[in-house]
Amino acid sequence: MNIAVLQFPGSNCDQDAFHLFASGLGLPTRYVWHKDPALGPTDLVVVPGGFSYGDYLRCGAIARFSPVMRAVRDFAEQGGLILGICNGFQILCEAGLLPGALIRNTSLEYRCMTCDLVVEEAGPAFNPRVLGSRVRLPIGHGEGNFRIDEAGLTALGTHGQILLRYVDNPNGAMGGIAGIRNEEGNVFGMMPHPDRAFERFHPSTDGLAVARAVLSVRFPELSRKSA
Amino acid sequence: MSRPALPPNPDPVLNQPISPELVKKHGLLPEEYEQVRRHLDGEPTLTELGIFSVMWSEHCSYKNTRPLLRGFPTEKRGATEHFGRVLVKAGEENAGIIDVGDGWAIAFKIESHNHPSAIEPFEGAATGVGGIIRDIFTMGARPVLLTNSLRFGELESPTTRRLLRGVVAGIAHYGNCVGVPTVAGDVYFDRSYEGNPLVNALCLGTLRHDQIRRGAAKGAGNPVYYVGAATGRDGLGGAAFASRELSAESAADRPAVQKGDPFMEKLLIEACLEMMAVPGLVVGIQDMGAAGLTCSTCETASRGGSGIEIELDQVPQREAGMNSYEIMLSESQERMLVIVQQGREREIEAVFAKWDLHAAHVGTVTDTGRMVVRQHGIVVADIPAGALTDNAPVYQREARRPAYLDETSRWTPAAAGLPDLDPAGARAALARLLAHPTIASKRWIYRQYDHMVQHGTVVVPGSDAGVVRLRLGAKEKFIAISNDCNGRYCYLNPRRGALIAVVEGLRNLVCAGARPLAMTDNLNFGNPYKPENFYQLKECVEGLAEACRFFDVPVVGGNVSLYNESPEGAIDPTPTVSVVGLIEAEAHVTRQFVRQAGLRLLLLGGAPHELGGSQFLGLIHGLKTGDAPAVDLEAERRLQHLLLAQIQAGHVAAAHDLSEGGLLVGVSEMLFGTERLGAALDLTGFKAPRLDALLFGESQGRVVIAVPPEHEPAVMFAAGLAGVPADAIGAVTGAPHLKVATAAGALDWDLGGLRLGWETSIEVAMKRPGLG
Repeated sequence: MNIAVLQFPGSNCDQDAFHLFASGLGLPTRYVWHKDPALGPTDLVVVPGGFSYGDYLRCGAIARFSPVMRAVRDFAEQGGLILGICNGFQILCEAGLLPGALIRNTSLEYRCMTCDLVVEEAGPAFNPRVLGSRVRLPIGHGEGNFRIDEAGLTALGTHGQILLRYVDNPNGAMGGIAGIRNEEGNVFGMMPHPDRAFERFHPSTDGLAVARAVLSVRFPELSRKSA
Repeated sequence: MSRPALPPNPDPVLNQPISPELVKKHGLLPEEYEQVRRHLDGEPTLTELGIFSVMWSEHCSYKNTRPLLRGFPTEKRGATEHFGRVLVKAGEENAGIIDVGDGWAIAFKIESHNHPSAIEPFEGAATGVGGIIRDIFTMGARPVLLTNSLRFGELESPTTRRLLRGVVAGIAHYGNCVGVPTVAGDVYFDRSYEGNPLVNALCLGTLRHDQIRRGAAKGAGNPVYYVGAATGRDGLGGAAFASRELSAESAADRPAVQKGDPFMEKLLIEACLEMMAVPGLVVGIQDMGAAGLTCSTCETASRGGSGIEIELDQVPQREAGMNSYEIMLSESQERMLVIVQQGREREIEAVFAKWDLHAAHVGTVTDTGRMVVRQHGIVVADIPAGALTDNAPVYQREARRPAYLDETSRWTPAAAGLPDLDPAGARAALARLLAHPTIASKRWIYRQYDHMVQHGTVVVPGSDAGVVRLRLGAKEKFIAISNDCNGRYCYLNPRRGALIAVVEGLRNLVCAGARPLAMTDNLNFGNPYKPENFYQLKECVEGLAEACRFFDVPVVGGNVSLYNESPEGAIDPTPTVSVVGLIEAEAHVTRQFVRQAGLRLLLLGGAPHELGGSQFLGLIHGLKTGDAPAVDLEAERRLQHLLLAQIQAGHVAAAHDLSEGGLLVGVSEMLFGTERLGAALDLTGFKAPRLDALLFGESQGRVVIAVPPEHEPAVMFAAGLAGVPADAIGAVTGAPHLKVATAAGALDWDLGGLRLGWETSIEVAMKRPGLG
């Protein structure tokens, strides 16, 4: 297996994501620079957190034009697995690979804290039977307020695309939605950080199970290993 | 024979003759101007005058504090091959460096941005963070954590709320974006800081010994590069601005406040670390902080014993038509000066092209000892580099003991006829103390800071010290960091107050399970030309030095911020101390929070008995008086040794240093980690003359520890052996009540109510409207 972690100018959770997969799960992991036109052979592309291009415009609005994003889009179309965390989620929404948008928290302030999350029924890989009914993950964002139109929200529910919901909504997101996947089930995005929940001293080690659940979409043997 | 006049400056504005008024406007004394003429062997140009004025400002030259700072220990006597060797000393470079073993080291330093934050809190605080991060990666270190130390007036004031909101948002904006976690801090609210808040920011980075870089320009012929953001007119003369008192006209200084771009800084960190990783490419590197291009060129030349020549036409500029005075004095942010090995220009340019950053070849290292600046090929400044740095003036100012000390130091509750508390008064006092913003939870603040990025934070903000796991190659190490300084103590007894700041910081580290390594300090004081202010400064520095020598804690660097005055007067003297320690094993990491019922609570250090300088006196009686609490350094050493040994033996479940608010505040804070626990204390055994001093006094050298019952005998025995007073004062209970038996009667509190006040006090205050 091979994990590719993208690096944009301003990515700052790239090392966190790298270590979640490399140290936490012991998987071969490498970085891919945003100017690279090709991803190389990979099984999962991780779009990490941070402030790509400073996020001075809209979060992720510029990163989606980076050369590597063309390859990411092709990869998604071929059914490749993609996980966007925090700024990565925002970039995937801006790139049209996930529905909806993330706007400023209703508090108008950045929030760094640990959140309890309800695990939703989102397919055979990602559901409460695999992950338990709740997980605990840190958040760290100023723009995590998920928005989507009425029809889009209904569709997310109908197709089982909602991954996680906050128990106590920290940012005003519609329906407390903290993470979603695309309808095809190969592109995942979430505001909470599994890459801050995998070491002994982290608030939890639930990040390992969440990362494994995403991977097990293509590698079902992984979820059996964890069970 | 004097030097021939320089050619006319391309900008005619800069050719006006230097009048006494111009000299005064530049903050130079007439005798200092005479020194400038001697150094130049003739009249300065206006550009040169500007250069002297910023380099000889207190901010850059330490002209009023240099003799005092020589008293600080800069080496660790008990350093071993793997622990605590000082690799780069204070004052040598942009930050000091300490060995942490296995070929690895840490670089850390604290710096103030008080004046900019008073005028423009968001940008002032943000650029303070940016500046200190550059000081650290300049040394070759990767920044891994930030802390800050903040002081404001009381939150009732709408101005204070505006400042707090702006400062916190500014720190968050910058620190969160660059991706360095803010893991600890301290915040006090006191009227003395009204209108003159303190914003001190610290950064710590990690590096291998072989990665240490110097800010020296060596090797005549080596090219000088300018990298990072373009130069604009912002921050013109910021260093000189920071060396004046704040006044009603200070708002007009707003152009002296810089604007920060954390995204640019993030790129600069990555590009510079990538460039420095190329063997032999970088000869020297220095950030352009205070006094910008001026300071970085003359300091690198002076350190390298060389000279430097630059051509301003090559400097990337944000606006057209900037003259030499503006370019040299601009404090635009996110810029660095790099001296590269001759012949390897392509390599540095390739690194910066990858990151889409400017890398402009602006000049050359020479062997003339002079700093020569040209614009359009015309010489606009030509100054011996040493005149600006090593030969800057140094003063021993007059010190006079302030008259108020006669009154405050003699004050005692008995002589003042202060009534003691009855049980009802004690009940109310605890609730009020816990809800005072200085003591209350700082959650409203630290939840706005990303304190978890880089996934190494072990103890998040809110405990005695922040703890971070460092990934050093294949090794892991755990470090603890704590900021301290009680300005009230320093006001009442400058020397002892400063001593307490160090001792309390060290105690906080030990409570976290760490062995102290070294410290950095930020001296925040009033105008040193006023003898009473200088007395406070001198006494505080001596107090810091005494504590550092006693505990073998070297000072690896720091910052001086004087002129912290508003029209209402000087701030309380505030020598902020940040101490760093190493935790030998992850299992030793200790927090202040208790997690289970049945734990025994032991008070180490004996019953508190002093009221002087306490928060209790301030809040309940409206008094800032009395002497600062006594300090017994030998007793403190015994206490810290005992506590660390007991933590390392695995006997201690939680430990909390008693500070502002005293015993009951401390015990309450230990219980606020969960919502289901309480405590039952029995204090009837103490022969306390006053209930208020026992419950809320701030006697030093006190720690409450929570110990599993099976370890209590071992801890008590060890304490007896070490000569540390230890009293079993109670136990953790399974219901959220605090019950305290005292000689004056039984007291009890519903912890849910106390917690609500403690947790939400700042949040509630901040919902009220602020100005502007």
